[in-house]
Amino acid sequence: MGAIRLENVRKTFGNIDVIPGVDLEINDGEFVVFVGPSGCGKSTLLRLIAGLEDVTSGKIMINDVDMADASPAKRGLSMVFQSYALYPHMTVYNNIAFGLKMAGESKAVIEEKVRNAAKILNLTDYLDRRPGALSGGQRQRVAIGRAIVRNPAAFLFDEPLSNLDAALRVNMRLEITGLHQELKTTMIYVTHDQVEAMTMADKIVVLQAGRVEQVGKPMELYTNPANKFVAGFIGSPKMNFIEGDYAKARDCHCVGIRPEHFAISQESGDIPATVKIAEHLGAETYLHVNADNIGPMTIRATGEVPLGEHDRIWLTPDAERIHRFDANDKALSR
Amino acid sequence: METNFKSPTGKIAYSVFAWIVGLAIFFPILWMALTSFKSEIDAVNMPPLFFDFNWTLENYTGILEQSNYFKFAMNSIILSFGSTIIGLVFAVTCAWAMAFNPTKRTKDTLLWMLSTKMMPPVGVLVPIYLMFRDWGLLDSRFGLIMVLFLMNLPIMVWMLYTYFKEIPKDILEAARMDGATLPKEIFFVLLPMAVPGIASTMLLNIILAWNEAFWTLNLTTSDAAPLTAFIASYSSPEGLFWAKLSAASTLAVAPILVVGWFSQKQLVRGLTFGAVK
Repeated sequence: MGAIRLENVRKTFGNIDVIPGVDLEINDGEFVVFVGPSGCGKSTLLRLIAGLEDVTSGKIMINDVDMADASPAKRGLSMVFQSYALYPHMTVYNNIAFGLKMAGESKAVIEEKVRNAAKILNLTDYLDRRPGALSGGQRQRVAIGRAIVRNPAAFLFDEPLSNLDAALRVNMRLEITGLHQELKTTMIYVTHDQVEAMTMADKIVVLQAGRVEQVGKPMELYTNPANKFVAGFIGSPKMNFIEGDYAKARDCHCVGIRPEHFAISQESGDIPATVKIAEHLGAETYLHVNADNIGPMTIRATGEVPLGEHDRIWLTPDAERIHRFDANDKALSR
Repeated sequence: METNFKSPTGKIAYSVFAWIVGLAIFFPILWMALTSFKSEIDAVNMPPLFFDFNWTLENYTGILEQSNYFKFAMNSIILSFGSTIIGLVFAVTCAWAMAFNPTKRTKDTLLWMLSTKMMPPVGVLVPIYLMFRDWGLLDSRFGLIMVLFLMNLPIMVWMLYTYFKEIPKDILEAARMDGATLPKEIFFVLLPMAVPGIASTMLLNIILAWNEAFWTLNLTTSDAAPLTAFIASYSSPEGLFWAKLSAASTLAVAPILVVGWFSQKQLVRGLTFGAVK
């Protein structure tokens, strides 16, 4: 069981309001991702939940008990750090067992739980090694193993994949998602990578400057962003924003169109443009174009598109998928 | 002309220079050891005799018969180890707080602590002597351990602080998440990772305490007197007996010289740690 509720949680460092006041509901068993640009306060929020930072004010309800003043150990949460934070002087076995030893478990129980976690994470052959003799992915699995054995109310992940190379990151992403499906324990995952957020989360919390910009399912954020910030942050490549006459004609301050929501023609269409750079990835093609009277835009076409520098094209946005924003960057109804 | 240390002649020049400096530093110790094996007459011979003299052990046997070397040596061991162990308890906790929970004033506090080392000890001799007299601590091991421990505490805190700074805070936080209380966090996680730093801090402190002569000479007479007092006792009353004095000095520095020789790697690492990444 691990339901977490934040009630007006605030954190200030000196005179700086890092978290000006966050309310958030995390249901039992949910996979929640905090996402936002660096410095948005997502790691601080996670550390407040963990108890590694003290809240300035507000309540942190874990299973309906206010834990805002409890020590990290009392909160029953496990954390996986970006740097893995393994104990370098202990073997893998002792790294995983450390939390259980601190909890005063018997040797037999520790042995059973460690072996079990090692089996789940494919670490059985490495139990006698020190962290220094492991690869990045294995170290990350040890860190996860250390978190699992304590049977926590929730797992907290602080950018756990950012030290891994791209290929390993995709693998570990799948492993963590698989682990969540298997354990069904609440997970809070911090990342600045919107792809990780989109692929892993049941619920995404988009943060900016310590404020929650929007909370919702991944596809909700993609299809109905609450404001220009969320619209620009979720989705890759980034949404195109068009201001000026094009927006005025649509009764708003700014129009947002995702790169994948254009029809491309070499004969006619809404927006004439010139291709500047074409990136051919095989499965898809990214066109960086200069649209007449609008400026640079990015277009994403599926498959191989036979276009290159200086080609003239016409773009027609999918009318159903145009996003409109007012002068305060709030989303308007379509 | 610029000296190129990588050219063969540059290398030779560099080595010769290093040897000259090394020998200059080592010469007094060598001379002391040689003199300790001379007769008193050979010891003051002009021109000085290097190896061409009658080697004798009579200074050593004389000294060991005349005074209780082992009592002084035992006091040296108790004082240097005692002050180091007490110092370590305070320095570890202090350095932990400064390295992992720094405040705006941490750097100032560190500098202030170190600045106390720059004051000449004689400046506080009178007040400390009077305090020792009134509290009955004169010529007591306990009193001297306290003085040596306080005297070297700033250096211990500094050394441990630079070591602890190199340890990622994440690891201690992981221990906290794993349910470790503060003492367990320090014992099971911080200290094992800082073993090299703690070892070199201990070594340096033992050497400093062993060699300390100002307070040990001023605050002791016989009961708590360490080897520094043992050497001093041969320096004047019966006129200067260079050979005996050298033998006493050799006996006094021998233990710490051996310890220092075997742990020089640790020591150098300790003194330069944190200087480069």
